[in-house]
Amino acid sequence: MSAREDILKAIAGNKPASAALPAISFDELIQYADVLAQFKTVLQSIGGVAEEIADFDALKKEIAIKKETGEWVINRIEALGPLDAVDNASATQLEKLDVAYIQGTLAVAENGCIWLYESQMGNRIVPFICQHLVIVVDAKNIVPTMHHAYQQLDTAKEGFGVFLAGPSKTADIEQSLVIGAHGARSLRVFLLR
Amino acid sequence: MSNTLNHAQAAANFIADEPRTNWHNETLWFVRQKRDKAAHGLPEWEKLREWASQIKNHTLSHLDEYLIEFEKNAKANGVQVHWAANGDEHNRIVYNIIQQNNVTKIVKSKSMLTEECGMNEFLHEKGIDIVDTDLGERIVQFRKEPPSHIVLPAIHLKKKDVSDTFHEHLHTEKDNHDPQYLTEAARQHLREKFIEAELAMTGVNFAVAETGAFVVCTNEGNADMGAHAAPIHIACMGFEKIIPKAEHLSVFLRLLARSATGQPITTYSSHFMKPRPGQQVHIVIVDNERSKQLGRTDFKNSLKCIRCAACFNTCPVYRRSGGHSYHTAVAGPIGSILNPNIDMRANADLPFASTLCGSCSNVCPVKIDIHDQLWKWRQVLVAEGYVDTTKKIGLKGMAYLFAKPGLYRFAGKAGRAVMRIFPFLVNNKLNAWYKQREMPAPPKQSFRDWYIKNKKS
Repeated sequence: MSAREDILKAIAGNKPASAALPAISFDELIQYADVLAQFKTVLQSIGGVAEEIADFDALKKEIAIKKETGEWVINRIEALGPLDAVDNASATQLEKLDVAYIQGTLAVAENGCIWLYESQMGNRIVPFICQHLVIVVDAKNIVPTMHHAYQQLDTAKEGFGVFLAGPSKTADIEQSLVIGAHGARSLRVFLLR
Repeated sequence: MSNTLNHAQAAANFIADEPRTNWHNETLWFVRQKRDKAAHGLPEWEKLREWASQIKNHTLSHLDEYLIEFEKNAKANGVQVHWAANGDEHNRIVYNIIQQNNVTKIVKSKSMLTEECGMNEFLHEKGIDIVDTDLGERIVQFRKEPPSHIVLPAIHLKKKDVSDTFHEHLHTEKDNHDPQYLTEAARQHLREKFIEAELAMTGVNFAVAETGAFVVCTNEGNADMGAHAAPIHIACMGFEKIIPKAEHLSVFLRLLARSATGQPITTYSSHFMKPRPGQQVHIVIVDNERSKQLGRTDFKNSLKCIRCAACFNTCPVYRRSGGHSYHTAVAGPIGSILNPNIDMRANADLPFASTLCGSCSNVCPVKIDIHDQLWKWRQVLVAEGYVDTTKKIGLKGMAYLFAKPGLYRFAGKAGRAVMRIFPFLVNNKLNAWYKQREMPAPPKQSFRDWYIKNKKS
């Protein structure tokens, strides 16, 4: 444990005089006339697709068809039917996963991201390892900025959580944008009215 | 890295390929423009920078307390916390965990700290090979090159280079330069590595004292694929990654991706709190001369850095000299104020690799006075005797001349005459200023002579 003591002692000896934390004033933050429209625009700009829905009929039908055609679908949304338990599935098994349907906690208008708790994913790796990802968020749970998001969330409530914004992407080859790096190849977000 | 070329020599090699230099310059400027567009989209942008700067100043002034708080909360979450005084100790901690668990299949997402510590090389010598999983890092790893940029590791390469590299290592079609095709090949190759991984390493973007959580940001999803697949996760962080509260993440996540690439946020901002059942999670907290930098009044602010690389993309010298010219893990303007602290002798050239134009300080999301610190490092390095003698003699001569107006006027007159009569004496290869430049035609009289004459008439 000597490194710990040495480091802390060196810091204590060298740290600058106490400086105050700033007060984050919400009055100074950007305001959107329509957070839903803003969210949709930004999500599209980062490679996602957003659609408003009034009920779950179309999504239920979609899942039924996918299952009939042999796709492996995991449902983590109660309104869509019984939840698939995936907590004990290994990465090797889940690597074959085609589509995951996950309920999001809230969405952020300024940057198109959605917060997912581990319990909503069923298994931490699901939103990353699935080929295609579908997330449903209540339209009333769209907040303007990240400050509002952290105000509403308890990000340390569970073992893991993520702000997820669009499909996986990279521009590491000559700055050419490619969708579908290591995570999901597509993201569709359904905003429930 | 002490036997490498200095920045000016390495930059000369880089710019020998003029079309590639132009492409590099323009591409990074394009990233800078995307940053501007994203920044201008938020009316509170300058306020955000100020908040971020103040949060970091506050954190540095209570750093030991926040580290203790973080350690306590991380341990309560079931995370094992290790402390490393330097790069070597960091590498040995990682090696011990690998040995104790008897693992061989290891994946790693981007961590500039492990580059700083030379971890891959250290483990390679022990017979352990790590697979870098960020696409850009995998490309440069195949090529046995270091990353040339902390956010865009393969920005110095063209599609053709990547295609050739993948053809050799992943057996992709020869001369297929399509980025979509090449990325898909890497996806297939690395998915295999993820699912069989026994240990995953990641960096840390932010560590939250209040909760013991740490946040890792990627666009590709590689940090998550590794960390959630493997039974062991090691996250490595320089101790300056700490922030007081989760709510402060809002400020930094709003600034980070906008400053880095112009995106509103990275695709994944993952918050790791507790290990999943049966998983081991380790955090290695590293000093490696950071505590010394904290004690340097003029340079302590460099520890506010969140590694967005906005200062790289805007820097006229970085854009035209490439990241490898800086011969360090963190290149660019910020690297040039961090690296002399780690090794003054090896990195004495870096603070001179700047025009001091100040653009880096203007785009920095946490308001580090980068160009002021570059200028201040030059003075420290000269005073400490780390600057080569020709530069020192030249500067000393200049100072002597400027202090003696009579001699200065004589030297000016003589210089003008020499340039007129013997132009080859200045327009030659020994004069570094003549490279890529024509010397101006010497005026017949100095401004002083002109002023005296015209004032009288």
